[in-house]
Amino acid sequence: MSKSKARSNLIWSIVMTIVCVIYMYPIFMVLMNSLKVESAISTSTAFQLPNSETFAGLDNYVNAITSRGFFASFGYTLFITVSSVAAILLFCSMFAWYITRVRSWVTKALYLLCAFSMVVPFQMVMFTLSSLADSMRINFFGLYTLRFNTPWMLWFVYLGFGAGLAVFMFCGFMRSVPLEIEEASMIDGCNPLQTYFKVVFPLLKPTMVSVGILEAMWIWNDYLLPTLILDIDKYKTISMLIQYFRGSYGRVEMGPMMACIMLAIFPIVIVYLAGQKHIIKGVVSGAVKG
Amino acid sequence: MEKAIRKYWPIFVLPTLLAFIFGFIIPFVEGVYLAFCQFTTVKDATFIGLSNFTKVFADSTFTHAFWYNCAFVVVSTLVINAGGLAVALILTKAIRGTNAFRTVFFMPNLIGGIVLGYIWQILLNCALSLLEKPLLRLDATAGFWGLVILMAWQQIGYMMIIYIAGLQSIPDTLTEAAEIDGATPWQTFWKVKFPMLMPSLTICLFLTITNSFKLFDQNMALTGGEPNHASELLAYNIYYTFYGRSGPQWRGIGQAKAVIFCLIVVAISLIQLRSTRRKEVQQ
Repeated sequence: MSKSKARSNLIWSIVMTIVCVIYMYPIFMVLMNSLKVESAISTSTAFQLPNSETFAGLDNYVNAITSRGFFASFGYTLFITVSSVAAILLFCSMFAWYITRVRSWVTKALYLLCAFSMVVPFQMVMFTLSSLADSMRINFFGLYTLRFNTPWMLWFVYLGFGAGLAVFMFCGFMRSVPLEIEEASMIDGCNPLQTYFKVVFPLLKPTMVSVGILEAMWIWNDYLLPTLILDIDKYKTISMLIQYFRGSYGRVEMGPMMACIMLAIFPIVIVYLAGQKHIIKGVVSGAVKG
Repeated sequence: MEKAIRKYWPIFVLPTLLAFIFGFIIPFVEGVYLAFCQFTTVKDATFIGLSNFTKVFADSTFTHAFWYNCAFVVVSTLVINAGGLAVALILTKAIRGTNAFRTVFFMPNLIGGIVLGYIWQILLNCALSLLEKPLLRLDATAGFWGLVILMAWQQIGYMMIIYIAGLQSIPDTLTEAAEIDGATPWQTFWKVKFPMLMPSLTICLFLTITNSFKLFDQNMALTGGEPNHASELLAYNIYYTFYGRSGPQWRGIGQAKAVIFCLIVVAISLIQLRSTRRKEVQQ
């Protein structure tokens, strides 16, 4: 590499470092405000670092966790995300395999419908979907009533509304898998179920990771769907919880809200740093959907 | 083989199909029907024909939200793609710390829209008050640029990742050949790299345009439509029509707005895909 090129690269390196520091500032600002006492957080003082007078220690964090059940919200959000992603990965991949391997007008129509559902904005179905989820219940011989407006069944709603992207991506991949492998296993005496789980499923792993990451990013952060479907008094996801620090009558508990934002961001950052490679790969292959 | 698989349809197709019918097909069809009805719940709907649609266009908040949203789509798409591409170009040079920079730029994507909205509301309000300008909730123009800044901050990293993948797939031989022929870096970019980037550009334009049209969480958390509906995007306008207004007519009007909104988004996706696909370079 020539000297001038090395120098220009060094300059770029420095420029990008500065840009990145600025880029991270909003999060840093929330962090430092979350450590300040309530009275020191206002529109004119939000940029000031905490000093000995305004430093509140971890009070805001304690407040955020104890006052409104942060851990319960965290648990609900985690459960909803994990159960929905698991259901989407398992059922949508099976669905996608079937509709790529069986060629008929029905499977073709299903594929087009899935692609269509990806584009449709949530506002189109927001009211009807939430009233359907509210009113629908399945009674098991009077012993148990299954409701869909609880965190425990929300995966079914996400499986339905999130199927589009997953099926689309899985189909894209299945088309590139050579049929011969599957035919060989069928000839060797596997039934379709065995063929799927022993032959196709292992091949799907990279696509599973991509789909899983995209869907998890969406579901973990989703606000409107759980707000409209869940019983708000009983169950709050993290996105809903943060809303509650605004309180009624326009009063905002800034300190605890900042702490809650930090608590919401923290696990995401950890997961991101741990699985960065996969997440970035997931985004790139997910982009093929365009 | 197809025949054998066919028999297993209840296992393979049924779970997703039932959920899809429950989560998309029924709500969608019912939603289209309800756009022609007056209703407050799904059960008390009475058919009233097209009158919801005529009322939609008489609602000035909707037409305002439409133009506000169009302006937002144009500006944010330009800013995000220019920013994402610029960062991608810098980070594909052989500079130190590229991976750390990528990590930082992508990070905001993982944060939810509501959280992002509140973070930027505090930050921008503080900046505005230091500049002695009216706060976000009092000024729709400030709200507009605030939303652009927020979306750029969130999405530049995402588009950067896609552009980097695109840039890395361009064979070195092409850029080297251009260099030997005496092309300046500027010419190399526009004449060699840019045409090869068309597939990435298609995807990024598609994503940014539809994201900006469908934007809801950030809009709600950042400005909440204040002042007086002036900073509402379409999605939030529809939401407010449903849940913020009292009067038996509003839900029907809201659903009609949602149908129009849906048509706009679908049409844009189709047009946009078709027009950029044509410009793609064949390798």
